[in-house]
Amino acid sequence: MFSTSFTWNDMLFLLDGAWVTLQLTFWSIMLGSVAGLVFGLLRALLPRASLPLAWVLDVFRSVPLLIQFVLFNSFKSIVGLNISAFSVGCIVLGVYAAAYFTEIVRSGVLAVPPSVRRASRSLGLSYLQDLRWIVLPMASRVAFPGWLNLVLSVMKDTALVMWIGIVELLRASQTIVTRIQEPLLVLCIAGLIYYVMSLVVARLGARLERRWQEND
Amino acid sequence: MFDYTFQWRSALRALPDMLAGAWVTFETAALSMIFGVLIALALTVMREAQQPVLRGIGNAWVSIARNTPSLFQIYILYFGLGSLGLHVSSWFALLAGITFNNAGYLAENFRGGLKAVPTTQMRAARSLGMSAFQAYRMIIVPQLLRVVFYPLSNQMVWAVLMTSLGVIVGLNNDLTGVTQDYNVKTFRTFEYFAIAAVLYYLIAKLIVAVARLMAWRLFRY
Amino acid sequence: MIEIDNVHKSFGDLEVVKGVSLTVNKGEVVSIIGGSGSGKSTLLMCINGLEPIQKGSIRVDGIEVHNRATDLNRLRQKIGIVFQQWNAFPHLTVLENVMLAPRKVLGKSREEAEALAIQQLTHVGLGDKFKTFPGKLSGGQQQRMAIARALAMSPDYMLFDEATSALDPQLVGEVLDTMRMLAEDGMTMVLVTHEIRFARDVSDRVAFFRNGLVHEIGSPDQVIGNPQQPETAAFLKSVK
Repeated sequence: MFSTSFTWNDMLFLLDGAWVTLQLTFWSIMLGSVAGLVFGLLRALLPRASLPLAWVLDVFRSVPLLIQFVLFNSFKSIVGLNISAFSVGCIVLGVYAAAYFTEIVRSGVLAVPPSVRRASRSLGLSYLQDLRWIVLPMASRVAFPGWLNLVLSVMKDTALVMWIGIVELLRASQTIVTRIQEPLLVLCIAGLIYYVMSLVVARLGARLERRWQEND
Repeated sequence: MFDYTFQWRSALRALPDMLAGAWVTFETAALSMIFGVLIALALTVMREAQQPVLRGIGNAWVSIARNTPSLFQIYILYFGLGSLGLHVSSWFALLAGITFNNAGYLAENFRGGLKAVPTTQMRAARSLGMSAFQAYRMIIVPQLLRVVFYPLSNQMVWAVLMTSLGVIVGLNNDLTGVTQDYNVKTFRTFEYFAIAAVLYYLIAKLIVAVARLMAWRLFRY
Repeated sequence: MIEIDNVHKSFGDLEVVKGVSLTVNKGEVVSIIGGSGSGKSTLLMCINGLEPIQKGSIRVDGIEVHNRATDLNRLRQKIGIVFQQWNAFPHLTVLENVMLAPRKVLGKSREEAEALAIQQLTHVGLGDKFKTFPGKLSGGQQQRMAIARALAMSPDYMLFDEATSALDPQLVGEVLDTMRMLAEDGMTMVLVTHEIRFARDVSDRVAFFRNGLVHEIGSPDQVIGNPQQPETAAFLKSVK
């Protein structure tokens, strides 16, 4: 007979961890989306002036996230910033997401054909009106799948915050493993939770995208 | 404002050890790419197969690799296999985990790449009397290579970044592992990890530069 | 000789060729005209076995095309085909595009294949484009390259599938001139075309396709100049 010491309480503990994972994902995507939108517009509209920005953001895409966590965490103690590990996780992941989202926004804006912009300007729309009513709506359709992929990848990358002491889903599973010594079972459950969360987000996104396209 | 004195001089003394670690990092990433590409090719063929079991395995692999954290994949290989009596070293778990991950992502890229080469190319090749194999080798694959080249070089960079996860399962001779060892001995976290960050950045940039050069040499059309 | 006998061809439930019989003699130029969806391009793809057929038979020089025992790769060596979308190999230079099949399929040496390619490319007026990649050529030039590529296999037959339909109007002439040159050299050709005037000029016979069948066939002067069937006349009027 199959027997296990995995209890309902352990399951609740895992779900608590999953909730932390979702919260981390939400806040870092919020931060990353706002910052990435601003940076991406800068990159697309003022390509020359914003070149240094591109170099800086490139660093965040070329250094392992784990190292970014450790560096920011120790930087925090050096300058005496008093913020929680959760905030550190959100900030680092948020900046990381922003670095990727900038590129997504940039290529979305650049995908709007100049002829369309010329047409809207010829109708008397101002630069900002053109941006608000023509460029951004068109660019967001192009950028949306990239943004959705980013959400999924950030959700998976939240697993790394365990290294700075946050108990999220993967760390929670490890805690249980240490106690009941059934790694395969516990990890499989944790993996399944990740898988389901990813799938749900992907499905929701796909539905949103379809609804959008129907209106086109 | 802050009462911390950076000690770069002593930290830089660790550089030779860290460079050796960087080499392990690069080697591991390169190996994971070689195996990853081979498995991805097999997965691509499997996912196109008529046989439902093969197709199922192919799709499951890609789906799991893309929808769970890479750290989780390494964990399963390290702790999970261990509980089945298969004790693997942390380096092996890391390599296998990244390979698993690479293969899943690359298989998806390859499938997209195959769609990007028009079917009429196959027709044109066959109309000249080439066999299906000749057509694949001389017409389809070279064009496929160009389509997947950029994603391939990107994945290589990611593979390098992913190797840093080895430290979590106890790897101590790759770049992050060596850095962590020094960190534990001295508690000069910021200095050592900053140097590691610079080294990772340089490796990533080197890969991008080499890929650019190769693309420029290979794809002149 | 190409002998097409009662050929049926469907894509899924849709039957596009519904029992076509047609014979093309050595040295003859036969044009196939007709509206889109009349099955004329599909028939061409069946002649060299790029598309399977469901019923009937196609024989080229007495060899059954749709027979498992037939070595299609051997057969295709003597049937050249030029596609509507020219299908240049983008990763090879113009010269390499033409050299590839003679080397790899016919087993010619590099020197031989190169000499052959240079000769064919010069013949179609691309003598100054050897090292260029197809992406840098105009549509008309790419199509002439595709003709040279097919000719380098020294085929006995040439099939043209709407070879000028995808070209800008000002580029059509150069490709038609190349095809005319080929017809005058005595090549056996089957052309699917929308260029009615050209078809009348170069063809020995013209076939009008309608609904997957040969609706009317005969000399160009008869089919185009004085069509017997009202549908043929209506079609000709619509394309003028």
